[in-house]
Amino acid sequence: MNFTDLVFYFFSAMLVFSGLGVISSRNPVLSALFLVLSFFSCSALWLLLQAEFLAIVLVLVYVGAVMVLFLFVVMMLNINITQMRQGFVRYLPIGALVALVMVAQMVWIVGPVGPDVFNTEQLNQAVQQPADYSNTKELGKVLYTDYVFPFEVASVILLVAIVAAIALTMRRREMTKYQTPGKQVQVRKADRLRVVKMDAETNE
Amino acid sequence: MIGLSSYLTLGAIMFSISIAGIFLNRKNVVVLLMCIELMLLSANINFVAFSYFLNDISGQVFVFFILTVAAAEAAIGLAILVTLFRNRNTIDVDQLDVMKG
Repeated sequence: MNFTDLVFYFFSAMLVFSGLGVISSRNPVLSALFLVLSFFSCSALWLLLQAEFLAIVLVLVYVGAVMVLFLFVVMMLNINITQMRQGFVRYLPIGALVALVMVAQMVWIVGPVGPDVFNTEQLNQAVQQPADYSNTKELGKVLYTDYVFPFEVASVILLVAIVAAIALTMRRREMTKYQTPGKQVQVRKADRLRVVKMDAETNE
Repeated sequence: MIGLSSYLTLGAIMFSISIAGIFLNRKNVVVLLMCIELMLLSANINFVAFSYFLNDISGQVFVFFILTVAAAEAAIGLAILVTLFRNRNTIDVDQLDVMKG
Protein backbone atom coordinates (compact mmCIF):
# COMPACT_ATOMS: atom_id res chain seq x y z
CA MET A 1 0.00 0.00 0.00
CA ASN A 2 1.68 3.20 -1.14
CA PHE A 3 1.06 6.79 -0.16
CA THR A 4 -1.69 7.63 -2.70
CA ASP A 5 -3.68 4.60 -1.55
CA LEU A 6 -3.45 5.85 2.02
CA VAL A 7 -4.61 9.31 0.92
CA PHE A 8 -7.55 7.79 -0.96
CA TYR A 9 -8.65 5.65 1.99
CA PHE A 10 -8.29 8.53 4.47
CA PHE A 11 -10.33 11.00 2.43
CA SER A 12 -12.98 8.48 1.40
CA ALA A 13 -13.43 7.47 5.03
CA MET A 14 -13.82 11.15 5.89
CA LEU A 15 -16.31 11.58 3.02
CA VAL A 16 -18.46 8.66 4.17
CA PHE A 17 -18.28 9.79 7.80
CA SER A 18 -19.34 13.34 6.94
CA GLY A 19 -22.11 12.06 4.66
CA LEU A 20 -23.49 10.02 7.56
CA GLY A 21 -23.17 13.15 9.71
CA VAL A 22 -25.23 15.17 7.22
CA ILE A 23 -28.17 12.78 7.32
CA SER A 24 -28.12 11.96 11.04
CA SER A 25 -27.38 15.28 12.74
CA ARG A 26 -29.99 16.61 15.08
CA ASN A 27 -29.25 20.22 14.25
CA PRO A 28 -29.50 21.45 10.61
CA VAL A 29 -26.55 23.81 11.19
CA LEU A 30 -24.41 20.78 12.07
CA SER A 31 -25.66 19.06 8.90
CA ALA A 32 -24.55 22.02 6.82
CA LEU A 33 -21.11 22.00 8.44
CA PHE A 34 -20.79 18.25 7.81
CA LEU A 35 -21.68 18.94 4.17
CA VAL A 36 -18.83 21.46 4.04
CA LEU A 37 -16.48 18.76 5.37
CA SER A 38 -17.68 16.30 2.74
CA PHE A 39 -17.07 18.86 -0.04
CA PHE A 40 -13.53 19.39 1.25
CA SER A 41 -12.78 15.65 1.32
CA CYS A 42 -14.26 15.24 -2.15
CA SER A 43 -12.09 18.03 -3.52
CA ALA A 44 -9.03 16.27 -2.07
CA LEU A 45 -10.08 13.10 -3.92
CA TRP A 46 -10.45 15.09 -7.14
CA LEU A 47 -6.94 16.44 -6.66
CA LEU A 48 -5.83 12.81 -6.47
CA LEU A 49 -7.56 12.26 -9.84
CA GLN A 50 -5.66 15.21 -11.38
CA ALA A 51 -8.78 17.37 -11.73
CA GLU A 52 -7.23 20.41 -10.06
CA PHE A 53 -9.51 23.05 -11.55
CA LEU A 54 -12.70 21.28 -10.46
CA ALA A 55 -11.29 20.67 -6.98
CA ILE A 56 -10.60 24.38 -6.54
CA VAL A 57 -14.00 25.29 -8.02
CA LEU A 58 -15.70 22.89 -5.62
CA VAL A 59 -14.09 24.59 -2.63
CA LEU A 60 -14.52 28.16 -3.88
CA VAL A 61 -18.00 27.97 -5.38
CA TYR A 62 -19.59 25.29 -3.24
CA VAL A 63 -18.08 25.87 0.17
CA GLY A 64 -17.69 29.61 -0.43
CA ALA A 65 -21.04 30.44 -1.96
CA VAL A 66 -23.63 27.68 -1.89
CA MET A 67 -22.93 26.40 1.60
CA VAL A 68 -22.82 29.91 3.02
CA LEU A 69 -26.24 30.43 1.44
CA PHE A 70 -27.43 27.22 3.12
CA LEU A 71 -26.07 28.36 6.47
CA PHE A 72 -27.72 31.77 6.07
CA VAL A 73 -31.11 30.19 5.40
CA VAL A 74 -30.79 27.59 8.16
CA MET A 75 -29.88 30.20 10.73
CA MET A 76 -32.51 32.65 9.49
CA LEU A 77 -35.40 30.19 9.74
CA ASN A 78 -36.58 29.41 13.21
CA ILE A 79 -36.80 25.64 12.95
CA ASN A 80 -38.40 23.54 15.63
CA ILE A 81 -35.85 20.71 15.80
CA THR A 82 -37.81 18.22 17.89
CA GLN A 83 -40.81 18.50 15.60
CA MET A 84 -38.55 18.04 12.59
CA ARG A 85 -37.11 14.83 14.03
CA GLN A 86 -40.47 13.06 14.17
CA GLY A 87 -40.46 9.92 12.06
CA PHE A 88 -36.67 9.59 12.14
CA VAL A 89 -36.69 6.39 14.19
CA ARG A 90 -39.78 5.13 12.40
CA TYR A 91 -38.19 5.35 8.96
CA LEU A 92 -34.71 4.31 10.10
CA PRO A 93 -35.08 0.56 9.34
CA ILE A 94 -36.59 1.00 5.87
CA GLY A 95 -34.13 3.75 4.98
CA ALA A 96 -31.13 1.72 6.09
CA LEU A 97 -32.48 -1.36 4.30
CA VAL A 98 -32.98 0.49 1.01
CA ALA A 99 -29.54 2.06 1.25
CA LEU A 100 -27.83 -1.25 2.02
CA VAL A 101 -29.60 -3.05 -0.83
CA MET A 102 -28.71 -0.25 -3.25
CA VAL A 103 -25.07 -0.20 -2.21
CA ALA A 104 -24.85 -4.00 -2.48
CA GLN A 105 -26.33 -3.95 -5.98
CA MET A 106 -24.12 -1.14 -7.23
CA VAL A 107 -20.94 -2.62 -5.71
CA TRP A 108 -21.87 -5.97 -7.24
CA ILE A 109 -22.00 -4.33 -10.68
CA VAL A 110 -19.10 -1.85 -10.58
CA GLY A 111 -17.13 -2.76 -7.50
CA PRO A 112 -14.02 -4.88 -7.02
CA VAL A 113 -15.87 -7.97 -5.74
CA GLY A 114 -18.66 -8.60 -8.25
CA PRO A 115 -18.75 -9.97 -11.80
CA ASP A 116 -17.09 -6.76 -13.08
CA VAL A 117 -19.59 -6.21 -15.89
CA PHE A 118 -17.91 -3.10 -17.23
CA ASN A 119 -14.46 -4.68 -17.19
CA THR A 120 -13.21 -1.81 -15.07
CA GLU A 121 -9.73 -3.23 -14.69
CA GLN A 122 -9.13 -3.12 -18.43
CA LEU A 123 -10.50 0.42 -18.65
CA ASN A 124 -7.46 1.82 -16.92
CA GLN A 125 -5.80 4.14 -19.43
CA ALA A 126 -4.75 6.70 -16.86
CA VAL A 127 -1.72 8.76 -17.75
CA GLN A 128 0.47 10.45 -15.19
CA GLN A 129 0.75 13.91 -16.68
CA PRO A 130 4.07 15.81 -16.52
CA ALA A 131 4.58 18.53 -13.95
CA ASP A 132 4.03 21.44 -16.38
CA TYR A 133 0.66 20.04 -17.54
CA SER A 134 -2.14 22.52 -16.87
CA ASN A 135 -5.52 20.94 -16.21
CA THR A 136 -7.18 24.36 -16.31
CA LYS A 137 -5.72 25.13 -19.72
CA GLU A 138 -6.86 21.83 -21.22
CA LEU A 139 -10.33 22.22 -19.73
CA GLY A 140 -10.57 25.75 -21.10
CA LYS A 141 -9.54 24.60 -24.57
CA VAL A 142 -12.35 22.03 -24.65
CA LEU A 143 -14.86 24.32 -22.94
CA TYR A 144 -14.48 27.21 -25.37
CA THR A 145 -14.38 25.13 -28.57
CA ASP A 146 -16.38 21.90 -28.42
CA TYR A 147 -18.71 22.86 -25.58
CA VAL A 148 -19.17 26.57 -26.23
CA PHE A 149 -22.93 26.33 -26.78
CA PRO A 150 -23.60 24.38 -23.56
CA PHE A 151 -21.37 26.90 -21.82
CA GLU A 152 -23.59 29.76 -23.02
CA VAL A 153 -26.69 27.81 -21.98
CA ALA A 154 -25.19 27.36 -18.51
CA SER A 155 -24.74 31.12 -18.20
CA VAL A 156 -28.40 31.65 -19.19
CA ILE A 157 -29.43 29.09 -16.55
CA LEU A 158 -27.52 31.03 -13.91
CA LEU A 159 -29.17 34.29 -15.03
CA VAL A 160 -32.62 32.68 -14.81
CA ALA A 161 -31.76 31.38 -11.34
CA ILE A 162 -30.75 34.86 -10.16
CA VAL A 163 -33.93 36.44 -11.53
CA ALA A 164 -36.13 33.68 -10.08
CA ALA A 165 -34.53 33.80 -6.64
CA ILE A 166 -34.86 37.59 -6.41
CA ALA A 167 -38.41 37.59 -7.77
CA LEU A 168 -39.45 34.91 -5.26
CA THR A 169 -38.00 36.53 -2.18
CA MET A 170 -38.50 40.24 -2.87
CA ARG A 171 -41.44 41.65 -1.01
CA ARG A 172 -42.92 45.07 -1.48
CA ARG A 173 -44.27 46.52 1.72
CA GLU A 174 -47.46 48.54 1.81
CA MET A 175 -46.25 51.52 3.81
CA THR A 176 -42.96 52.07 2.03
CA LYS A 177 -42.54 55.52 0.48
CA TYR A 178 -40.70 55.64 -2.79
CA GLN A 179 -40.21 58.05 -5.67
CA THR A 180 -41.77 57.71 -9.11
CA PRO A 181 -39.35 59.39 -11.52
CA GLY A 182 -41.88 59.44 -14.39
CA LYS A 183 -44.35 61.50 -12.42
CA GLN A 184 -41.58 63.72 -11.13
CA VAL A 185 -40.48 64.56 -14.65
CA GLN A 186 -44.01 65.23 -15.85
CA VAL A 187 -44.74 67.88 -13.21
CA ARG A 188 -45.41 71.32 -14.67
CA LYS A 189 -45.17 74.67 -13.01
CA ALA A 190 -48.94 75.15 -12.92
CA ASP A 191 -49.44 72.02 -10.79
CA ARG A 192 -47.26 73.14 -7.95
CA LEU A 193 -47.13 76.95 -7.97
CA ARG A 194 -50.07 79.26 -7.32
CA VAL A 195 -49.56 83.02 -7.56
CA VAL A 196 -51.82 84.83 -5.13
CA LYS A 197 -52.71 88.42 -5.77
CA MET A 198 -53.41 90.47 -2.69
CA ASP A 199 -53.26 94.08 -1.72
CA ALA A 200 -50.33 95.36 0.17
CA GLU A 201 -50.95 95.96 3.84
CA THR A 202 -51.30 99.56 4.89
CA ASN A 203 -50.46 100.84 8.31
CA GLU A 204 -53.50 102.75 9.42
CA MET B 1 -4.32 -0.81 -5.77
CA ILE B 2 -6.78 2.00 -6.26
CA GLY B 3 -8.58 1.54 -9.55
CA LEU B 4 -11.72 2.80 -11.18
CA SER B 5 -13.88 0.39 -9.22
CA SER B 6 -12.79 1.91 -5.89
CA TYR B 7 -14.00 5.33 -6.95
CA LEU B 8 -17.24 3.91 -8.36
CA THR B 9 -17.82 2.09 -5.07
CA LEU B 10 -17.28 5.33 -3.18
CA GLY B 11 -19.80 7.06 -5.46
CA ALA B 12 -22.31 4.26 -4.89
CA ILE B 13 -21.89 4.51 -1.10
CA MET B 14 -22.38 8.28 -1.13
CA PHE B 15 -25.45 7.97 -3.35
CA SER B 16 -27.00 5.39 -1.01
CA ILE B 17 -26.25 7.56 2.02
CA SER B 18 -28.12 10.45 0.46
CA ILE B 19 -31.04 8.16 -0.48
CA ALA B 20 -31.20 7.05 3.17
CA GLY B 21 -31.07 10.71 4.19
CA ILE B 22 -34.12 11.47 2.06
CA PHE B 23 -35.95 8.59 3.77
CA LEU B 24 -34.95 9.67 7.28
CA ASN B 25 -35.37 13.46 7.11
CA ARG B 26 -38.73 13.51 5.41
CA LYS B 27 -39.95 16.50 7.37
CA ASN B 28 -37.01 18.86 7.07
CA VAL B 29 -36.79 20.48 3.65
CA VAL B 30 -33.35 22.00 4.33
CA VAL B 31 -31.80 18.58 4.98
CA LEU B 32 -33.60 17.22 1.91
CA LEU B 33 -31.89 19.88 -0.21
CA MET B 34 -28.55 18.98 1.38
CA CYS B 35 -29.14 15.31 0.52
CA ILE B 36 -29.75 16.31 -3.11
CA GLU B 37 -26.45 18.20 -3.10
CA LEU B 38 -24.72 15.09 -1.74
CA MET B 39 -26.33 12.98 -4.47
CA LEU B 40 -25.05 15.32 -7.20
CA LEU B 41 -21.62 15.17 -5.58
CA SER B 42 -21.56 11.37 -5.82
CA ALA B 43 -22.48 11.59 -9.52
CA ASN B 44 -19.63 14.07 -9.96
CA ILE B 45 -17.19 11.65 -8.31
CA ASN B 46 -18.11 9.07 -10.95
CA PHE B 47 -17.66 11.59 -13.77
CA VAL B 48 -14.23 12.69 -12.57
CA ALA B 49 -13.09 9.09 -12.00
CA PHE B 50 -14.12 8.05 -15.52
CA SER B 51 -12.50 11.17 -16.93
CA TYR B 52 -9.21 10.26 -15.25
CA PHE B 53 -9.19 6.55 -16.02
CA LEU B 54 -10.31 6.94 -19.65
CA ASN B 55 -7.90 9.86 -20.14
CA ASP B 56 -10.70 12.02 -21.58
CA ILE B 57 -11.25 15.55 -20.31
CA SER B 58 -14.91 15.75 -21.46
CA GLY B 59 -16.03 14.20 -18.19
CA GLN B 60 -14.67 17.18 -16.29
CA VAL B 61 -16.62 19.52 -18.57
CA PHE B 62 -19.79 17.67 -17.60
CA VAL B 63 -18.91 18.05 -13.91
CA PHE B 64 -18.55 21.78 -14.57
CA PHE B 65 -22.09 21.93 -15.96
CA ILE B 66 -23.49 19.81 -13.13
CA LEU B 67 -21.95 22.20 -10.61
CA THR B 68 -23.57 25.14 -12.43
CA VAL B 69 -27.01 23.57 -12.48
CA ALA B 70 -26.69 22.45 -8.85
CA ALA B 71 -25.84 25.99 -7.75
CA ALA B 72 -28.88 27.34 -9.61
CA GLU B 73 -31.07 24.63 -8.09
CA ALA B 74 -29.84 25.36 -4.58
CA ALA B 75 -30.48 29.10 -4.99
CA ILE B 76 -34.03 28.63 -6.29
CA GLY B 77 -34.82 25.90 -3.76
CA LEU B 78 -33.71 28.05 -0.85
CA ALA B 79 -35.67 31.02 -2.22
CA ILE B 80 -38.82 28.88 -2.38
CA LEU B 81 -38.07 27.67 1.15
CA VAL B 82 -37.76 31.22 2.49
CA THR B 83 -41.03 32.21 0.80
CA LEU B 84 -42.80 29.15 2.23
CA PHE B 85 -41.50 29.85 5.72
CA ARG B 86 -42.64 33.47 5.46
CA ASN B 87 -46.15 32.43 4.46
CA ARG B 88 -46.72 29.29 6.54
CA ASN B 89 -44.20 29.77 9.39
CA THR B 90 -43.05 26.15 9.10
CA ILE B 91 -40.93 24.01 6.79
CA ASP B 92 -42.64 20.75 7.71
CA VAL B 93 -43.27 18.90 4.45
CA ASP B 94 -46.54 17.45 5.73
CA GLN B 95 -48.00 20.91 6.22
CA LEU B 96 -46.94 22.21 2.82
CA ASP B 97 -49.75 20.52 0.91
CA VAL B 98 -51.94 23.59 0.43
CA MET B 99 -51.72 25.23 -2.97
CA LYS B 100 -53.25 28.50 -1.78
CA GLY B 101 -50.51 30.93 -0.86
